[in-house]
Amino acid sequence: MANEHINEVIEREYAPGFTTNIESDTLPPGLDESVIRTISARKEEPEWLLEWRLDAYRRWLDMSPPEWAQVQYPPIDHNAISYFSMPKSMADKPKSLDEVDPELLATYEKLGIPLHEQAMLAGVAVDAVFDSVSVATTFRANLAEAGVIFCSISEAAREYPDLVRQYLGSVVPKTDNYYAALNSAVYSDGSFVYIPKGVRCPMELSTYFRINESNTGQFERTLIIAAEGSHVSYLEGCTAPMRDENQLHAAVVELIALDDAEIKYSTVQNWYPGDAEGRGGIYNFVTKRGVAHHRAKISWTQVETGSAVTWKYPSCVLKGDDSVGEFYSVALTHNHQQADTGTKMIHLGRNTKSTIISKGISAGQSSNAYRGLVRMSPRAVGARNYTQCDSLLIGDRCAAHTFPYIESKQPSAVIEHEATTSKVSDDQLYLCQQRGIDPEKAVSMIVNGFCKEVFKELPMEFAMEAGKLLEVSLEGSVG
Amino acid sequence: MLSIKELRASVEDKHILQGLSLDIGPGEVHAIMGPNGAGKSTLGHVLAGRPGYDVLSGSVDFDGQDLMAMETEARAQAGLFLAFQYPVEIPGVSNMEFLKASVDAVREANNLEALDSVSFMKRAREACKAVNLNADFLKRGVNEGFSGGEKKRNELMQMMLLEPKLCILDETDSGLDIDALQVVAAGVNAMRSADRSFIVVTHYQRLLDYIEPDFVHVLAGGRIVRSGGKELALELESKGYAWLDGAA
Repeated sequence: MANEHINEVIEREYAPGFTTNIESDTLPPGLDESVIRTISARKEEPEWLLEWRLDAYRRWLDMSPPEWAQVQYPPIDHNAISYFSMPKSMADKPKSLDEVDPELLATYEKLGIPLHEQAMLAGVAVDAVFDSVSVATTFRANLAEAGVIFCSISEAAREYPDLVRQYLGSVVPKTDNYYAALNSAVYSDGSFVYIPKGVRCPMELSTYFRINESNTGQFERTLIIAAEGSHVSYLEGCTAPMRDENQLHAAVVELIALDDAEIKYSTVQNWYPGDAEGRGGIYNFVTKRGVAHHRAKISWTQVETGSAVTWKYPSCVLKGDDSVGEFYSVALTHNHQQADTGTKMIHLGRNTKSTIISKGISAGQSSNAYRGLVRMSPRAVGARNYTQCDSLLIGDRCAAHTFPYIESKQPSAVIEHEATTSKVSDDQLYLCQQRGIDPEKAVSMIVNGFCKEVFKELPMEFAMEAGKLLEVSLEGSVG
Repeated sequence: MLSIKELRASVEDKHILQGLSLDIGPGEVHAIMGPNGAGKSTLGHVLAGRPGYDVLSGSVDFDGQDLMAMETEARAQAGLFLAFQYPVEIPGVSNMEFLKASVDAVREANNLEALDSVSFMKRAREACKAVNLNADFLKRGVNEGFSGGEKKRNELMQMMLLEPKLCILDETDSGLDIDALQVVAAGVNAMRSADRSFIVVTHYQRLLDYIEPDFVHVLAGGRIVRSGGKELALELESKGYAWLDGAA
């Protein structure tokens, strides 16, 4: 009776799948230099930034999409996508929340992210990005008192051009890869964070990305700079309506942790994954990378449950001596979802340390791949890496793959790699059921147990959310 | 309490139970013995509702309910407990978490208030003590790295916590040394009461020295071929099963 019990699959509830009815100002589909000039003009960007975008675009034209990942999707027609869309009401640049279209505020309310400060989670400041623009950024005054800058990246280009010019593209160069180049050319909005020297950011910073308009791409760009000895914890969340078409989300995130600084970056990615037959869903092609200077620390934690296709490798360049990189990941795929995700730890400095804990869960007919690179450069004397890579299979029609790449040019460097693959078996479910536990609860208990090490790295308020999200995402994974 | 009538069941299209009938009253202890492949373990799994075990005909009444129509977890919630011969491991899920989920589910189904963590822990520790299991086992993964004997005692510990109406012990004595056997038997005897019944599936008479049955049944070829008192077990012990062939 191999797996007949587990095998019946799926209907999953995707609660954030609603659409907001709002008038939008959307550029017609298609991509050429005039589109880029329009985006830049709408954002009132300085001339150098327009040139930077155009340069990225011209180089992108000669590049081709990466084909090495363990994912399959039809070629994307970049001329069929609109590259800029914003709610009409945002054209007048509302100065406070009171001026923001109530329909927009209601959308975030419905998503559990109330933007009125008194209603919010205490201690979390939010930048809310809707399609191509930032709707509001909360708690800015409180943050400003500490000297912390938290605003949309469009605003930063106008208000803090020197910082943006110095760091934009410094970690992920324009031509790093096909999607990073595309993002550099057409990026719409995202968050900008600057923590001054020695400051411990007094609250969690968070960005909530929402795609609403159909037939548009979202190209978010986030830049976080932690000056010497500073500390910040940042969290991003993402959702989109349910649609039969696939939508492109190509983001770039750059982190700069100067000497002795610490950046903790957490992601709860719940883009629309497509339906049970694999129709629709977001293509999530993301480049995330951080540079850690002397004694600095960068920690990535991600919980990836959404998107039809995920292609994402949050990485650390451990440039300074004694710097530390961490990557904690839970990636869950269900139905026809495909994920190829992992990290790169590039050890350049001496005594640099990195830890990778990756938990992949595959259910339904999905495919889940871990791809990771650990590179020890000749200078990385005394560097260490520990990698633990576990896969859990639910049912017998899904796939798990592991592609670890290890390159060491420093004989004193220590690299450890551990990997396991396990399966939620019928016998385990039977034992749970015989003790009165229903099968869905049993699967969620087993999966949560499997992910424990990663969840404890999330900010506390979100660890619970992540557990619940897994439970919802697994709905219907047992018959 | 339990009334099985003409039960026929198959596993992977193989007919195992061939018209089995058995009545068990409240507070009674029934031992089921029989040769290998007779269907002893199958009976336990069919009653518990193991997926893949198909009931072809017959009926089972459990406290006025049609047991075969109930989901596996609903049978457990209604008070049926099967102590497994080979309990599986569930890595990453602590024994405590598992037990709490189990006790919560059973209590909820019976409209009882959920136990708070403190009273739950107290009961769990007491149950561990009763089966001579170190309380550290509560923190370990379910059955993860447990020895054969520890797994059996862990099953018994859960049985004590859940306080079922009908306990089915599937060859709980196999692989136990004499000390562990006595611990298990003492645990079972302590749970005996006027309204709790037991089905004790075993190969050997040895266990019945410690758990004294009210009835002994011989299962062969998928049916009960002989029933009697505890003296039947002794007879089987001395003569083996071969002499029953005529009876079957």
